[in-house]
Amino acid sequence: MGIILDVTDLHIEFHDSSTPETAVEDFDLMLGKGEIVGIVGESGSGKSMSALAIAGLLNRHAIRKTGRIMFRGQDLLTCDRAVLRSFQGDEISIIFQEPMTSLNPVKRIGWQVEEPLRIHHPEIKKKERKERAIAMLGDVGLEHAEEVYYMYPHELSGGMRQRVMIAAAMIGNPQILIADEPTTALDVTVQAQIVDLLKKLNREKGTSIIFISHDLSLVSQLCERVIVMQKGNIVETGDTEAIFTRPRHNYTKKLIAAIPKIDLGE
Amino acid sequence: MFGGEYDMKYTLKKFISTVVTLVVVSLCVFLAFNVLPGDPAVRMLGLEASPELIEQTRERMGLNDPLLVRYFRWFFAFLQGDFGTSYSYSVSVASLVVKKIPITLTLGLLAFLFTVLISIPLGILTAKYENGILDRTITVINQVIMAIPPFFSGILITFVFGMIFKLFTPGGFISYTDDFGGFLKYLFFPSLAIALPKVAMTVKMLRGNLIDESGKDYARTAYSRGNNTNGVLYRHVLKNAMIPVITFLGMALADMVAGSIVIEQVFNIPGISRILLSSISNRDYPVVEAIIMGIATIVIVINFLVDVIYRIIDPRISIED
Repeated sequence: MGIILDVTDLHIEFHDSSTPETAVEDFDLMLGKGEIVGIVGESGSGKSMSALAIAGLLNRHAIRKTGRIMFRGQDLLTCDRAVLRSFQGDEISIIFQEPMTSLNPVKRIGWQVEEPLRIHHPEIKKKERKERAIAMLGDVGLEHAEEVYYMYPHELSGGMRQRVMIAAAMIGNPQILIADEPTTALDVTVQAQIVDLLKKLNREKGTSIIFISHDLSLVSQLCERVIVMQKGNIVETGDTEAIFTRPRHNYTKKLIAAIPKIDLGE
Repeated sequence: MFGGEYDMKYTLKKFISTVVTLVVVSLCVFLAFNVLPGDPAVRMLGLEASPELIEQTRERMGLNDPLLVRYFRWFFAFLQGDFGTSYSYSVSVASLVVKKIPITLTLGLLAFLFTVLISIPLGILTAKYENGILDRTITVINQVIMAIPPFFSGILITFVFGMIFKLFTPGGFISYTDDFGGFLKYLFFPSLAIALPKVAMTVKMLRGNLIDESGKDYARTAYSRGNNTNGVLYRHVLKNAMIPVITFLGMALADMVAGSIVIEQVFNIPGISRILLSSISNRDYPVVEAIIMGIATIVIVINFLVDVIYRIIDPRISIED
């Protein structure tokens, strides 16, 4: 299994106030081709910050990042912005926690799903772009994809919008999909559907997934490997099953204990 | 196009409510001028006229008919372009007003054009380079301009551009029938005076909206797809930021058409204002009625157009709103 993303010693510091605040310290991650890695931790643990850094979305001057995020022989932290942008949405995609607000309210769904193709593959004709967008909307489990193509975000439910986000993220067949708490804002049945969808896309398209969640049971359903974070640091990392059965760190034990008992009935 | 039928229903509904508003406004205007003291017949004939003559004239003018009958007669005549007869000049109101309308309207529209052409690029620039030198400078200038009423900036402009730089001749109005280019040239500075405070407000509003919208989740999504700053700004954020600005511009346009009355006085432009002011002081009600109805119609029609444009750019507006 080839390594497609190699993050070493990632530090993220905020310089908004007089004393710099460290959000992430010594973060390491190796992502294999077709692998699904989970990052677990409570809010403020630095899991989302690490994800945003990998997606190239922490570009404010007040944020200092050190370390290396190697992808395709480029360090995403130091490479040219144009190089970074050429990866964004095409090779590295991201979906967010808030499907209700992550889509542009005044643009049609089809336009938004097609956007990565328009930006990265302008050679693709309008007609083909539309066909691919509709096919992709079908792939993420939206019925009546031709109609959804012409709809606006407010006409869709939260679960449907998250599917649209996934369709837009996957249309360029990216190497890496970062899912930053993609199910937190959704109800439980929809959560399970989205997790199944991510599994299916991983299996069928071979996309590597970084799945971020505060919910260890959800991560255990999806990921082979898991990274547990607390207060900006990685406290434990390894095989999902091993961590579940033999947690070494107290924090991991607490996270496991926090899972509702009903899920541990087996 | 998807939802085309939906759009038509919305437009039709807005159109009907526009017509209803116009009728209500016309009723208010008509009633207001009917409860004002003073008998039009006496006004036409003078205080020395005999009671019989006054009675005859009242009968001839239809003043003895019930109020509602008179209203409908007035309203339908109005629709046909018959605005009645001026008490002071004994000529039709239309002949007094018609030639003045293009002057006032051009002034208002020019001012609107300036507002749009100046404020939208400035709003985008100040938001894009937030806290830069240009942004800071414009913010300060904006504060000053917003505090100056148009009639005063009109006086300043007359002094600076008319008398010092001699870019136009104050008081040297050229009629649009004589020389349209010269007419527009003369209206350039007056319309600028009307536009300036609106420009300042629009820049401030657009800048704030653009900055707010740029911080929203969908903008982050747009970056994550490989958009550069301009892509996010022009393809995503601008349309969202423009929605409230369009409402404001609609109100500003209506306000500028009405507001041109003061500026016409300052720059000595023979538009609607002169005849309106003299009619008010002479209690020449048919003329005042016609002008008020004209301004009200413009305001209401602009509001209708804003609603329609709004619907086109913001798909979230539904018929229920």
